[in-house]
Amino acid sequence: MSAQHALRVESAGVPSTPPVGGVGKRPHVTVRALSKTFGKTVIYDNFDLDIPRGELISVFGPNGCGKSTLINMIAGLIPVDKGQILFDGMLLSEIKFGYVFQNYREALFPWMRAFDNIAYPLKLMKVPPAERRARTEALVARLGIKLDLNLFPYQMSGGQQQLVSIMRSLVVEPEILFLDEPFSALDYEMTLFMREQLQRLFMDTGMTMVLVSHDLEEAVYLADRVLLLSRHPARVADFTPVTAARPRTTVTLSEPDFVSTKAHCLDVFQREVRRA
Amino acid sequence: MNMKRFDSLLPIVGVVGLLAIWSVATAAQWVDPVLLPSPIATFKALWSGMHGVLGFDFVKTVYRTIMSTLIAAVIAIPLGIVLGSSERLYRSLEFVIDFFRSTPASAMFPLFLVLFGVGDETKISVAAFGAILVILFNVAYGVMNARKTRLLAAKVMGASRMRVLFDVMLLESLPQTFVGLRNGVSLALVIIVVAEMFIGSQDGLGHSVFEAQQLFDMPRMYAAIFAAGALGYALNLLFLTVERRFVHWSGK
Repeated sequence: MSAQHALRVESAGVPSTPPVGGVGKRPHVTVRALSKTFGKTVIYDNFDLDIPRGELISVFGPNGCGKSTLINMIAGLIPVDKGQILFDGMLLSEIKFGYVFQNYREALFPWMRAFDNIAYPLKLMKVPPAERRARTEALVARLGIKLDLNLFPYQMSGGQQQLVSIMRSLVVEPEILFLDEPFSALDYEMTLFMREQLQRLFMDTGMTMVLVSHDLEEAVYLADRVLLLSRHPARVADFTPVTAARPRTTVTLSEPDFVSTKAHCLDVFQREVRRA
Repeated sequence: MNMKRFDSLLPIVGVVGLLAIWSVATAAQWVDPVLLPSPIATFKALWSGMHGVLGFDFVKTVYRTIMSTLIAAVIAIPLGIVLGSSERLYRSLEFVIDFFRSTPASAMFPLFLVLFGVGDETKISVAAFGAILVILFNVAYGVMNARKTRLLAAKVMGASRMRVLFDVMLLESLPQTFVGLRNGVSLALVIIVVAEMFIGSQDGLGHSVFEAQQLFDMPRMYAAIFAAGALGYALNLLFLTVERRFVHWSGK
């Protein structure tokens, strides 16, 4: 049934996504005719989007334009009013995905040790305890993150808690990872460290990632493509590709290409802010 | 001089001060010695009493207080979880709960006497009635105030409603549940002691205080008061210790 839907959508042909770079790459997520209102405010009205497979997409836009709302609807945290969201033609309930909250303090379970927090999604999947332990240990080893996982979350620093939170989202081996401003509650030093961790993770796994950010430099630095949204009702103002090679470093930040991409994004952003 | 070393002794200062003033007051006869016996006479009465009748009364009061708190917890905790997990249900019953929570439980003595007669059942059930409402209210609020992000996190990981209830809401409500239990046991003790004084009781700390007063045996009366105070303090400490052990994340 979902394949039929996908077909119908294809033939309807609603390419609101600029074709940049998307050519030859099958989209991982297709959002079609998405509508959402909060009270009287129309946040999304007939919104279309293709998220390419295996890319890290940053979502950036004016305050209150619905950046988080978008990924929350895609990840099923809040219901859509209308429209369809498919993952390779499948529904959200048919795929494995991870979600990282901004507020790690409230997203982790303080009554469980870090290790059990990470393993919890496997428990929900009814994986037997021995296998849970093995898979969690394997993940920790693969990521090479040195943390005492016998601690309770409240005994860890903010960055460590967010790392645990990210590991929890990865333990199910998701196809796609959503991150809602994951570093905005951390201090600057920790934010820089966590950006590197996330970049490394992305390079290692090649997983599709959708990152909401309120920091333009971070959005551009981490992304393969920056999704710039307009004020609500949100449209795709631009879907800017970022071509800088990985691994990106602090040197990347001052390269002419990077600087001009960032300037372009800022231009688009300011145009959208003034439009109101 | 390092004053920090003596900081752990600070709580004793108040006790020593009180005993000193008490000793001076009785020695200098500022107060009629019949009304206020010396600390030594009082503690002698406490010591010998705890090895005799007062000890028996003490155990009786402990039993009644624990029983009523236990009954209250068994009824109120599951009910509180049910009420708290549906905010609409709680709002519909909020007025009734608040009304009876505000009603002095002692005003219910005559009613419970009619229902249960003169005996342990009456005392225990009135105290349980008071404690139920306090515990219920706290558990329900603990469940209702579960962090929304934590519930969403469980949901986004694929937890069913039942799973969210048992794995997240229940644990989220534990700190508040313990607040309810501590308040509940304190209230139960108050009600039990009052009930032992006035509703045809043959034993218990309340009865002991009342009887000593009737016989004008002041050292024994003070001894019974101290025993009641120590019991209240110990019960609170017990619940705090259990809470720290099992709800280690509370307030963090």
